[in-house]
Amino acid sequence: MTAQLAGELRVTEPRARFRDLAAAEWIKLRSLRSTWIAYGVTALTVIAINVGTAYDTYNHWREQGAADRAAFVRDGIPLQEAFTINAAAIMALALGVLGALMIIGEYATGGIRTTFAAVPARRSVMAAKAVVLTVFTTVFGAFVVGISFGLTQAILGSRGVGVSIGHPGALRVVLASTLLAPVCALAGLALGTVIRQTAPTMVASALVVIVLPTIITDGRHWSAVVGHALPFQAWLRLVTVDPAPTRFPWTTGGAWTVYAVWTLAAAALAIIAVHRRDQ
Amino acid sequence: MIEVSGLTKRYGGTTAVKDLTFTVRPGQVTGFLGPNGAGKSTTLRLILGLHEPTGGTVTVDGRPFRDRPRGLRHVGSLLDAHDVHGGRTAAAHLFALARSNRIPRSRVGEVLREVGLAEVARRRIGGFSLGMKQRLGIAAALLGDPPVLLFDEPLNGLDPGGVKWVRDLFRRLADEGRTVFVSSHLMSEMEHTADQLIVIGRGELIAAESLAEFSARGTRQNVTVGTPAAVVLADLLTAEGAAVRAEGELLTVTGLTAARIGEIALEHRIPLRHLDTRSASLEEAFMELTADSAQYLAGGSR
Repeated sequence: MTAQLAGELRVTEPRARFRDLAAAEWIKLRSLRSTWIAYGVTALTVIAINVGTAYDTYNHWREQGAADRAAFVRDGIPLQEAFTINAAAIMALALGVLGALMIIGEYATGGIRTTFAAVPARRSVMAAKAVVLTVFTTVFGAFVVGISFGLTQAILGSRGVGVSIGHPGALRVVLASTLLAPVCALAGLALGTVIRQTAPTMVASALVVIVLPTIITDGRHWSAVVGHALPFQAWLRLVTVDPAPTRFPWTTGGAWTVYAVWTLAAAALAIIAVHRRDQ
Repeated sequence: MIEVSGLTKRYGGTTAVKDLTFTVRPGQVTGFLGPNGAGKSTTLRLILGLHEPTGGTVTVDGRPFRDRPRGLRHVGSLLDAHDVHGGRTAAAHLFALARSNRIPRSRVGEVLREVGLAEVARRRIGGFSLGMKQRLGIAAALLGDPPVLLFDEPLNGLDPGGVKWVRDLFRRLADEGRTVFVSSHLMSEMEHTADQLIVIGRGELIAAESLAEFSARGTRQNVTVGTPAAVVLADLLTAEGAAVRAEGELLTVTGLTAARIGEIALEHRIPLRHLDTRSASLEEAFMELTADSAQYLAGGSR
């Protein structure tokens, strides 16, 4: 104890820094064993789905007709197998939940009160959470997508149909798939912050991240607009190198904008939601 | 110093705290007493800015706590020992808290040693007993070496050795000039811990005074009288308006002082073998004061 005996105790305090909050959130994230198990299992599953698909193509290559083989690269199938739609769906679903857990874990245990009593600047805490989650899941996405791309193209390459990162559209597939991870994680964080209850958050997260984009089709103008505003459909648009003509076409620029808007809106929602409400 | 003024908090139609005004001063251990549901935890949350008051103000050392960007150097608190993530180790939990407030990592080891958890620093909190979690919560409160400390029912789950340790710790923190505010629903816990008492019931202030003043409030003072003429004396005392309970030669009298009973006995030449005033215990004083305001009474006494 370093307090003086007599009179008022003087508080000497260093300047408050945002990076201390980010460091604290990083300590909290990495000190949970469940973090590493959950992200590890997700990574393995996603990579396994991609590699399995490429391996199927490799196995059944001889059964394909000459015309199909010739059209394989031209039709963009190597890039479809670099990061498959199933893998993306699993990753989106998992990352939505894991993003939500970053805050739900605190609401469920009551740890949020310990956090906000230690740092009354609640919005800064949430901003730190958003930053740490974004960086961590972007690295996670880059790792999973990079491994998937390398392995699938190596497998396809042994049939002479693998493509390199320099192939037209390849970089966009890698980038869009990588960034799907932080976009979904932040959406989960925002939902968790607003809803605060574990089960409803999980349902809402699955709904927004994967169910709605799947059931909302391009059949009508309004549903096309709603569907295109969702991150998973934006991902689909970005990884489709040569889209088939539809009644309601949209540009990759539009899809990138959806990514950006979801990122910013989710972070803003998570930050604002904690300010006024009782904790 | 904690200054609460006209503090009111309503949740929907329920009033948890109503027009509370009191001051908690440094250099003393102040007990915060009330039956279950009296509004103690709500008040502590309002002090910490976790909940927004419906009316009134509360400041800690002159400022609302929420205006502080970082809190641990100003107020250390233990609201609920369970408010921690069981998946983390004790050391990781405290390190994250320390880091958020720019407190050096070495402080984590210091407070863990201080609360006696150094041995289990690397163990996950999920496996801790309630007593160990209380110690961890106290360690977290001490991290920032703050001038104000709040503890909500810190003695729950502690063994007798732990209780003694916590009392000594609170005493020492107060002697160092800190403000120590400790809630409890048991008077017996505060009797040996607190210098000052804030008592609330149903969200309203019942008493804010020193422990000595509070104990003097015990309105029901009993006088025990021993006399061979118990039946005669009992009738005389009842005639004077006292309530008398007889057990052989011993009378338990309420409503008259020992002096008055002595006078009456002398007037009627009744010999006394025993005359003794027994003050109601603090526990009784507390029960009596909060009886009207206890929220959840057992049995059909409503």
